[in-house]
Amino acid sequence: MLNKNFYLILIISLVFAISFWIGFNVNLLPAEASINAPIYDELFKILFIIGLIIFIGMTIAVIYSLFKFRKRNDQIGDGIALEGNLSLEIVWTIIPSIIVLLIGLYSYNIYDRMGGMKELNHNHEMMSSNTEKIWAGISQTSDNEIAINNLSIEVSAMQFAFLFNYPKGNFISGELHVPVDQKVSMKMESKDVIHAFWVPEFRIKQDIIPGQPTILNFTPTKVGKYPIVCAELCGPYHGGMRASIIVEEESDYNEWFNKNKKPEVNL
Amino acid sequence: MTISIDPQKTNNESLQPKGWLRYFSFSLDHKVIGIQYLVCGFLFYLIGGTLASAIRIELASPMSDFMPRDVYNQVLTLHGTIMIFLWIVPVVNGAFGNYLIPFYVGARDMAFPRLNAVAFWLIPPSGLMLVASYFVEGAAQAGWTAYPPLSITTPQSGQIIWILSVLLLGGSSIFGGINFIATIIKLRRPGLKLMQLPMYCWAMLGTSLLVVLSTPVLAGTLILLSFDIIANTGFFNPVLGGNVVVYQHLFWFYSHPAVYIMVLPAFGLVSEILPVHARKPLFGYTTMVFSIMGIVVLGLVVWAHHMFTSGTPPWMRLFFTIATAFIAVPTGIKFFNWVATLWGGKISINSAMLFSCGFIINFVFGGITGVALAQVPFDIHVHDTYFVVAHFHYIVYGGTVFIIFSSIYHWFPKVTGKMLNEKLGILHFIITFIGFNLCFAPQHWLGLNGMPRRVAEYDPQFQFVNQISSLGALLMAISTIPFLINVFLSVRNGKYAGDNPWNALTPEWLTSSPPPIENWEGEAPLVEEPYGYGKEILNENKNI
Amino acid sequence: MTTLDSSKEIQKNNSEVNETHEDFRMFGLITFLIADGMTFAGFFAAYLTYKAVNPLPDGAIYELELPIPTLNTILLLVSSATFHKAGKALLKDKNSESQKWLSFTAFLGIIFLICQLFEYFHLPFGLTDNLFASTFYALTGFHGLHVTLGTLMILIIAWQSRINGGRLTSQNMFPLEAVELYWHFVDGIWVILFIILYLL
Ligand code: HEA
Ligand code: HEA
Ligand code: CUA
Ligand SMILES: [Cu+2]
Repeated sequence: MLNKNFYLILIISLVFAISFWIGFNVNLLPAEASINAPIYDELFKILFIIGLIIFIGMTIAVIYSLFKFRKRNDQIGDGIALEGNLSLEIVWTIIPSIIVLLIGLYSYNIYDRMGGMKELNHNHEMMSSNTEKIWAGISQTSDNEIAINNLSIEVSAMQFAFLFNYPKGNFISGELHVPVDQKVSMKMESKDVIHAFWVPEFRIKQDIIPGQPTILNFTPTKVGKYPIVCAELCGPYHGGMRASIIVEEESDYNEWFNKNKKPEVNL
Repeated sequence: MTISIDPQKTNNESLQPKGWLRYFSFSLDHKVIGIQYLVCGFLFYLIGGTLASAIRIELASPMSDFMPRDVYNQVLTLHGTIMIFLWIVPVVNGAFGNYLIPFYVGARDMAFPRLNAVAFWLIPPSGLMLVASYFVEGAAQAGWTAYPPLSITTPQSGQIIWILSVLLLGGSSIFGGINFIATIIKLRRPGLKLMQLPMYCWAMLGTSLLVVLSTPVLAGTLILLSFDIIANTGFFNPVLGGNVVVYQHLFWFYSHPAVYIMVLPAFGLVSEILPVHARKPLFGYTTMVFSIMGIVVLGLVVWAHHMFTSGTPPWMRLFFTIATAFIAVPTGIKFFNWVATLWGGKISINSAMLFSCGFIINFVFGGITGVALAQVPFDIHVHDTYFVVAHFHYIVYGGTVFIIFSSIYHWFPKVTGKMLNEKLGILHFIITFIGFNLCFAPQHWLGLNGMPRRVAEYDPQFQFVNQISSLGALLMAISTIPFLINVFLSVRNGKYAGDNPWNALTPEWLTSSPPPIENWEGEAPLVEEPYGYGKEILNENKNI
Repeated sequence: MTTLDSSKEIQKNNSEVNETHEDFRMFGLITFLIADGMTFAGFFAAYLTYKAVNPLPDGAIYELELPIPTLNTILLLVSSATFHKAGKALLKDKNSESQKWLSFTAFLGIIFLICQLFEYFHLPFGLTDNLFASTFYALTGFHGLHVTLGTLMILIIAWQSRINGGRLTSQNMFPLEAVELYWHFVDGIWVILFIILYLL
């Protein structure tokens, strides 16, 4: 009996060890380039490890049973007539419940840190008329800390391109330029069908919906050029609907900005 | 609506064709209808699989070179629609349900045989119509989710035909659901208690409840969508003041329960197969029943996890995260119970067993990625990417399709009286299992690293992994060959099975194979312990 | 409906071995009506969501006049009662009385439909004018379709309850009971619809 428990514990620890090792050493994610990314990767790691433990554990249990309890040639008759075991069943109801609950709370915390739980900023800087309704999105700015320093950009999507309007410079660009380490605040709206703004390296995605402006805030942390991918089926050229986001040092950004800036037109 | 045929006339069995011809007739025999569902579904599976192969060929190279881009969208729309509405749903519900449920409740047929036949005969025309729409003006090309406004702005004829055929298929599914509920609740043999029913009955009861409660909402939604397309109304058309997100809510209110409609019957089937081949009672019958009902209830309130990036308010995301993740609990109970069923058994390692165990492993993997997807912050990155594609193929293919194959190996002797060849069966399993994992495991990585779904062209950095995936798809296509050979050879020359080759205790095995027209020569047997394996041995041991 | 005689058939087949079942056709019908109710529930949910989140364009007209729909509500409620009378009469083998009540119920249904059409023609908005208009027509139209179907079925059973040769007798009440249940269901939906669409 002791022997049996010993092997059980050994196997469980092995499963844990392997899962943790894989979780910490196998990187399945692209580069981290925004403040969201490390938070996301932390969540990913935890989910990955828990998932691996459950998956490896279940797989071992199934394969072990197939080997250990396979019918040998000389055997006849049935297995033991075991119809259930209430305490065991209670255990495997409660343990997953706890795991799921903890995962839920944890991911809530992660989401909050990403800014997802903030009520949307209704007097957002770009909203000229206060009546306009912002539907949802990810906002890192709450109502009272109005983002004066944020870089505000208006994104419009159409079949099959993104356009980035820099209201302060009064120009439109097909490429998104942003300075590093500065919060960017985008208001997005589609001109035709639903699109989605996705930057894999930033771990953010938000649908761009016709008739329902959405908000997306993020802070890039690494200089470089990253793809912007449309992630919602929007027609034949959906796969080709891409753009680039260029994260650059503040000075480079300013240079680019001033080069493109158009004088305010007063009507 | 009223079909008043003189009962005497329809009852006259001699008017019904005999032999294999009866499979092409408006038969009222539940066994014939079950086989009709299965064969019809399998033919559509071949069509859907051919379309999947076309997808994988296109994706073997990063450029859009195998077919035009809009054709690609049509192909993936048809693939998704056919696989779900014409293969999985009709087969796990219609085929096995019709064949098995009357046996399990000890009846001679379904509660409403005529409605049953109508439900089946709605399927072939709507399926053919769907496939034919490709040749009209191009098939629907807005994905199987048909999100407006895209579905409003793409060519109309394809989308309208798509809506029409999904409506008919939904109707078929509702008729089937009503029939199953009535059969299980009302047509039980006297003396048979609910808690003595084989688990598949419970699974079908739960599934049918979901069908009855959620499919009509899809019907309503599609009717509104077709108004938007034909009559120029603006329900989901933002140009006319409509709201596209409302469509998504209504659509997923059906289509999330639909995923349990696709998997609960499979849960039931595996609960029948494992005890027989492990020679052990099903572990934890009562908790299994409760977990099915738990899944049904939870399944109705988690739909918005498909819409985490659609501009839903934060509280809604929070609620749907927690509700979704909790489905892991009742589902987990079932999986642990199955492993416990295997534990300590005398397991015959045959094709049915292998496919069932493959199902457990694949589904746990897909379920775990599902729980990850349920976490909003996680989903935001991978929504609408190949990670999601991988998640659901792990469940629908690795789960449900594996169980369909397992069930075919298990019940083939019942239906035909002949055994399937085990060697070919195990070969089929090995190629399928390897091909399947090769095809879909790498797709998780693709999704995490930036490949969106529903694209005909992609970043060249993903080419290698996509080719591995395509190779896996090739293996899966090849794996159907031993299966088909096996079926055709065994139907003609297979070993005679006898009435009960597996020594099973569930009622369908207590009659001849193939069963007679009204299922039992005499009175239906009262099976109080469908899983009473090992009982005599226990008594013997006690005596000693 | 589609399944009128099937259970009898089974009973007949089973009777050889003494397996009889209670009549479960009503059960099937109730399940069907639950499904049908879910379609309406979907429409109601859509309507309420639109109302809550989608403001109508300025100048959109969505004032509804109350008299006709109120009259319609009364019509349907009365028709439910008359239908009930018809059932009671048939149970007492008073076929011709039953037939009278049924015809009167169908008549009320037809008046309802005429009023509904009258309202349609006098409304200040058309199907595609705005979101409210579209939902209004979709909901009332879908309900009207149910009333039409119900009226036709009532006419059929009224014909079947004729004294000589009719299939509807106190021994064969099911068709009447089925249509009655359906009719009450349609009434119930109308009451909800009336409250949500006209009163809220
Ligand atoms: C049969 C089909 C089926 C089934 C059963 C499931 C089951 C689940 N699915 Fe899946 N899903 C789909 C088919 C299915 N799914 C499809 C087709 C899509 C894509 C639709 C589209 O957009 O086209 C999709 C998409 C999808 C999404 C949206 C992703 C996105 O688009 O961004 C999400 C998010 O929450 C999700 C979650 C889940 C969860 C939590 C389960 C759970 O039910 C899984 C529960 C099971 C387990 C967890 C394993 C067993 C449990 C244990 C061993 C216990 C221990 C485990 C823990 C404690 C975690 N699914
Ligand atoms: C429900 C069940 C189901 C099943 C069983 C499958 C099975 C398969 N699916 Fe499916 N798939 C979906 C449901 C399913 N899929 C859905 C819902 C979508 C989403 C659609 C959307 O986005 O709208 C999707 C999308 C989807 C995509 C993503 C497309 C995209 O987003 O761009 C891919 C890509 O690899 C894919 C591949 C496959 C493959 C390789 C198989 C293989 O397992 C298929 C294996 C079978 C065969 C290969 C058949 C073999 C037979 C032959 C080849 C026969 C030759 C012909 C004759 C004899 C006549 N599927
Ligand atoms: Cu825009 Cu896809
Ligand atoms: Cu879902």
